[in-house]
Amino acid sequence: MRITQGTFSFLPDLTDEQIAKQVEYALDQGWAVSIEHTDDPHPRNTYWEMWGMPMFDLKDAAGLMTELKECRKVFPDRYIKVNAFDSTLGFETMRLSFIVDRPAREPEFNLRRTDTSGRNIRYELETVRS
Amino acid sequence: MADTVDLKRMLDESHVSDVLDELDRELVGLKPVKTRIREIASLLVVEKAREALGVTSAPPSLHMCFTGNPGTGKTTVAMRMAEILHRLGHVRKGHLVAVTRDDLVGQYIGHTAPKTKEVLKKAMGGVLFIDEAYYLYRPENERDYGQEAIEILMQVMENQREDLVVIFAGYKSRMDRFFESNPGLSSRVAHHIDFPDYSDGELLQIADRMVDGLGLQLAEGARKALAEYLSIRRKQPNFANARSLRNALDRARLRQARRLIEAGEVDAASLTTIEEADIRASRVFDAAPAAKDKEKAAC
Ligand SMILES: Nc1ncnc2c1ncn2[C@@H]1O[C@H](COP(=O)(O)OP(=O)(O)O)[C@@H](O)[C@H]1O
Ligand SMILES: [Mg+2]
Repeated sequence: MRITQGTFSFLPDLTDEQIAKQVEYALDQGWAVSIEHTDDPHPRNTYWEMWGMPMFDLKDAAGLMTELKECRKVFPDRYIKVNAFDSTLGFETMRLSFIVDRPAREPEFNLRRTDTSGRNIRYELETVRS
Repeated sequence: MADTVDLKRMLDESHVSDVLDELDRELVGLKPVKTRIREIASLLVVEKAREALGVTSAPPSLHMCFTGNPGTGKTTVAMRMAEILHRLGHVRKGHLVAVTRDDLVGQYIGHTAPKTKEVLKKAMGGVLFIDEAYYLYRPENERDYGQEAIEILMQVMENQREDLVVIFAGYKSRMDRFFESNPGLSSRVAHHIDFPDYSDGELLQIADRMVDGLGLQLAEGARKALAEYLSIRRKQPNFANARSLRNALDRARLRQARRLIEAGEVDAASLTTIEEADIRASRVFDAAPAAKDKEKAAC
């Protein structure tokens, strides 16, 4: 199932050139960019693993693209995303986050319904790797 | 595609001539350096012209080495170089990241690679300036992490030429030895530029500009005293050309300030004038006769 999380996720996958342009935009805003990856794209999995430290003081997208290439080499079948963090007072939060790579074969999600106490029904969403 | 290109127009459009002229105007002396920089700029324009005519060639290697004694203008020129490379479209942003060994080499295993890479990433789009680069190589310690930094540098210098330009700097003799011991690095550095020491006359001209830049002026006697100061200081250890001069002027300003405070009431002219006494109070002048006295005593 095609995962749609973060910005641009309803568009076709971005090319490297397009990724670099988005990163350029983020740097122009003064945001710090970083890379994260995971093998579990469950929507509640908010903690992806960090690929190194966030990159502060980059002047050019080439710095991030270099790391992205490294990350793809090490994790060819994981989800990879780029985040851009705005540290200005009042924001201090992620301003942009988008998937830049995904495994060739993406997992499915299984919705499980269980009866619990008092005739309540509990729904669980579970990642299923085939 | 056109079959002729107007080189002159390309040069004008890049506005690189402005930077080159500025370089000529604002930096005193450095004739051989200025000539080499003009050559490199021409090379880049011709390279661009080839590209415009559809002749494909690998991007030229622009990594450089600036050699010369301290205070001969290497860092200053490197900053201009970044600007020139930017105007000619060879680096995308044109900033300069200046580092030394400590910024690249770590303290323990696994510390060096991330450190070097972080610096490289920051420099991408611009110029990485490595001052006293020979400290990266310490043959006396075979476990030295400097070698690891050199290897990462080499890789990026080779594979990401369009992302950054590296300039190495330091004393000539030590730089030569460094390249002899690191042939891989040497073969990736295409341009070697040597920065000569400044003559006393050139240093005085630089002094005029520095003083002017501070909104001050040298009194007649002060300029003469400064000329004497420079000829004495030059023979002493740790003479660092324009940097020694800058330091001397900074100290003269301190003395001037003290003198003015002691005087109590001052006018605009005295506020902006460095007097002979401000220069002559330097210890450098004491040392000279003192040395003679010692010689006399020894005789
Ligand atoms: N040719 C020159 N004209 C004017 N100022 C100069 C010149 N060369 C050096 N300076 C000044 O001297 C100081 C030292 O120069 P720098 O570039 O740091 O030398 P280096 O890097 O070779 O040690 C700087 O403040 C610089 O502005
Ligand atoms: Mg310097």
